[in-house]
Amino acid sequence: MKALRNLFDKMRPSFEDGGKLHMFRSVFDGFETFLFVSPTASAQGTHIHDCMDSKRLMTFVIIALMPAMLFGMYNVGYQHFTLINQEASFFEMFFFGFLAVLPKIVVSYAVGLGIEFTVAQWKKEEIQEGFLVSGMIIPMIIPVTTPLWMLALATAFSVIFAKEVFGGTGYNIFNVALITRAFLFFSYPQAMTGDSIWVAEADGLTAATPLATPAAFDLNNSITGLIPGCIGETSVIAIAIGAVILLFTGVASWKTMVSVFIGGAITACLFNCVGSTAASQMPWYAHLCVGGFCFGAVFMATDPVTSARTETGKWIYGFLIGVIAICVRVMGGYPEGMMLAILAMNMFAPLIDYFVVDSNIKKRKNRTTK
Amino acid sequence: MAEVIKIKKGLDINLKGKAEKRIEGDIFPVDFGIRPDDFEGVIPRLAVKPGDHVLIGSELFHDKEDLNLKVVSPVSGEVVAVNRGDRRKLLNVEIKSDGKFESAPFLKAVLSNLSPEQISECIFNAGFGAFIRRRPFDVIANSNEKPNRIFISAFDSAPLGADYSFTLAGQEKNLQTGIDALKKMTGAPIYVGVNAADAAPFNNLNDVVKTVFDGPHPAGNVGVQINHTAPINKGDVVWTISPVILAAIGKAFNEGVIDYSRIIALAGSEVIAPCYYKTIYGAKISALTNGKISNGVVRFISGNPLTGTQTTPEGYLGAFDNVISVIPETTEPEMFGWIMPRLKKFSTNKTYFSWLFGKKEYDIDTNVYGGERAIIVSNEYDKVFPMDIYPEYLIKAIIAQNIDKMIDLGVYEVAPEDFALCEFVDTSKLKLQKIVREGLNYLRKEEA
Repeated sequence: MKALRNLFDKMRPSFEDGGKLHMFRSVFDGFETFLFVSPTASAQGTHIHDCMDSKRLMTFVIIALMPAMLFGMYNVGYQHFTLINQEASFFEMFFFGFLAVLPKIVVSYAVGLGIEFTVAQWKKEEIQEGFLVSGMIIPMIIPVTTPLWMLALATAFSVIFAKEVFGGTGYNIFNVALITRAFLFFSYPQAMTGDSIWVAEADGLTAATPLATPAAFDLNNSITGLIPGCIGETSVIAIAIGAVILLFTGVASWKTMVSVFIGGAITACLFNCVGSTAASQMPWYAHLCVGGFCFGAVFMATDPVTSARTETGKWIYGFLIGVIAICVRVMGGYPEGMMLAILAMNMFAPLIDYFVVDSNIKKRKNRTTK
Repeated sequence: MAEVIKIKKGLDINLKGKAEKRIEGDIFPVDFGIRPDDFEGVIPRLAVKPGDHVLIGSELFHDKEDLNLKVVSPVSGEVVAVNRGDRRKLLNVEIKSDGKFESAPFLKAVLSNLSPEQISECIFNAGFGAFIRRRPFDVIANSNEKPNRIFISAFDSAPLGADYSFTLAGQEKNLQTGIDALKKMTGAPIYVGVNAADAAPFNNLNDVVKTVFDGPHPAGNVGVQINHTAPINKGDVVWTISPVILAAIGKAFNEGVIDYSRIIALAGSEVIAPCYYKTIYGAKISALTNGKISNGVVRFISGNPLTGTQTTPEGYLGAFDNVISVIPETTEPEMFGWIMPRLKKFSTNKTYFSWLFGKKEYDIDTNVYGGERAIIVSNEYDKVFPMDIYPEYLIKAIIAQNIDKMIDLGVYEVAPEDFALCEFVDTSKLKLQKIVREGLNYLRKEEA
């Protein structure tokens, strides 16, 4: 550790202003603070601080994503070998999936972090950790067959236009990972919908997701996740493990998470009562288990930056996400409503907060007039 | 029976090195220094020059606008230096004590025989006025304004804070006289917020609205108490005063002497035997700490670790401070610190394991533990901010210098110290107290 520390100290001057490599200062800083928590002492204000920081926050989201990611890799292999009717061991399936998913993770991080580093250098700021989470989520919410160039393009688009133009992590209005998906969804619909995209390297063979054919719904498989779908979205169990991590550590808001499920369940029940189409007759619990519903509720609706920030607001925000997601599924032209629901509510979150905060303001004003 | 208000939000940071309840002795050093910066909002105009002889209660400087607002010498002796910094900003006035502790004359009188104007004159001439703060803005009160209410928090809930029940024991009579004087001077109702656990010297105060507060820090912050009993509305002026000064005012009227001595705690994990000492504000820190601090790199703080001012052994005890905290300074880089279990470190967040260890005491150092970021986590400040205010929105309005929004969101009710815990828990490591102070100053300037 000492040697590494000395190395960094020796390298520092060339990265500072006037140094030969100062155009990489943000990268140097990024790596240095990644390796060492610097002994930066508080100069003003409180002399002591909680040892929680944004690096640890983001790390825990990534840890929470891991079960779904690892299961997703396995499932990619499982679906492939099932479809081509070939026997394969657990490790063969996992390894197949791992090789199929890894390039997507690499591309997503390389493109996104590349942009982040450049912007941080340009704005002379520290590198922000926000993309560590987005960069992991992006490969999990796309079909496994998505070409890498599309992924790169979509990631670049969303990091620049959904985040950096607003000021970076903490200022964005829309969830960055979902914008990536939305970009792909609307720009390359043929690569994002249909029956032939969900299973890797099985040209000509099709495997529909349960949302496209509600009659094929199987509860057990949906809960374990052995169904075709986006890489990280299929397994309710894996996502539930992540949810437990997020809720226990308090990284995500339980209010948002719970209210998404409540909203979705109530809406689906209503459709069960009045609807006549196949989609509206899909049982309410099935709606909650399939598609991106769980994943969205746990990992994306709870994104603190783009969700409602007041406690009352979180209930409303989450509930409406559930409602809209099911409505889009049942009444809209798209089989998947979660993405659109969360993006729509991202847009309305500030408005919800505005009314919640406004009630506090009104209360204060009434006090004076009394 | 006094109303009991339970404070649920907040946080008691269990720091190592709490002062043991015993008074180790009197420390009245030779060197004193009075810093105008301690008196928020006062623009000092000097009244002395080096070589002048001063008594306790002799004016050192007054406010540029409010000539009655005087800061006086807490000891008798000689002014030895007037130190100035950049742009001739007055840094401090140094006084050498002659060891006699002679007080300037103070009218010893029965309060009922005095008019409100006479009382006001006595209080402001003796320098006690400079210890009365006012909200909005949390600055030193103006001598010619009449407050709507006066608030006194009778306990300090901050980590390492001094225990007033202990330091003011036996001062019941002086406290009551202090209350009577303020009451007669202003005619305003006086609210006293007492600790649910122990409020011995305050139990029998008459002529006050007493409220019992039960809960974690910041239950002892006067701002929290105001918000829960009689919140500040637009147009209100509320005075706040520490019980230590209240007792000093009472003593002056009872005995006819001005006495700025107080009992302070010397506390913190780096103090060898933390306990209480009797001293006078402005005393040189080294006189109070020499030989009592463990070896190692330490930070001296006049005040508690949340709101205190960083100082050095060459510095002076702040005018409003009742504790000197000495905590370890951060020195060593920590490899992959942000992902380590950090079993010995304290966090309110469950990604660490402090929650496993219950009432363990921590020696938290001065490390910030992270870089400054935009506000990311929601509801983080609210958990430690027990006021009917949205702290995050208020902070954002202040940063944006949006005056209407600040006022709407309750900026008149807050002081920087109310945000100290928010700053402690903040994942984004923003300097919230500084932001609030600058916001209050900005608003005050705009409204002037």
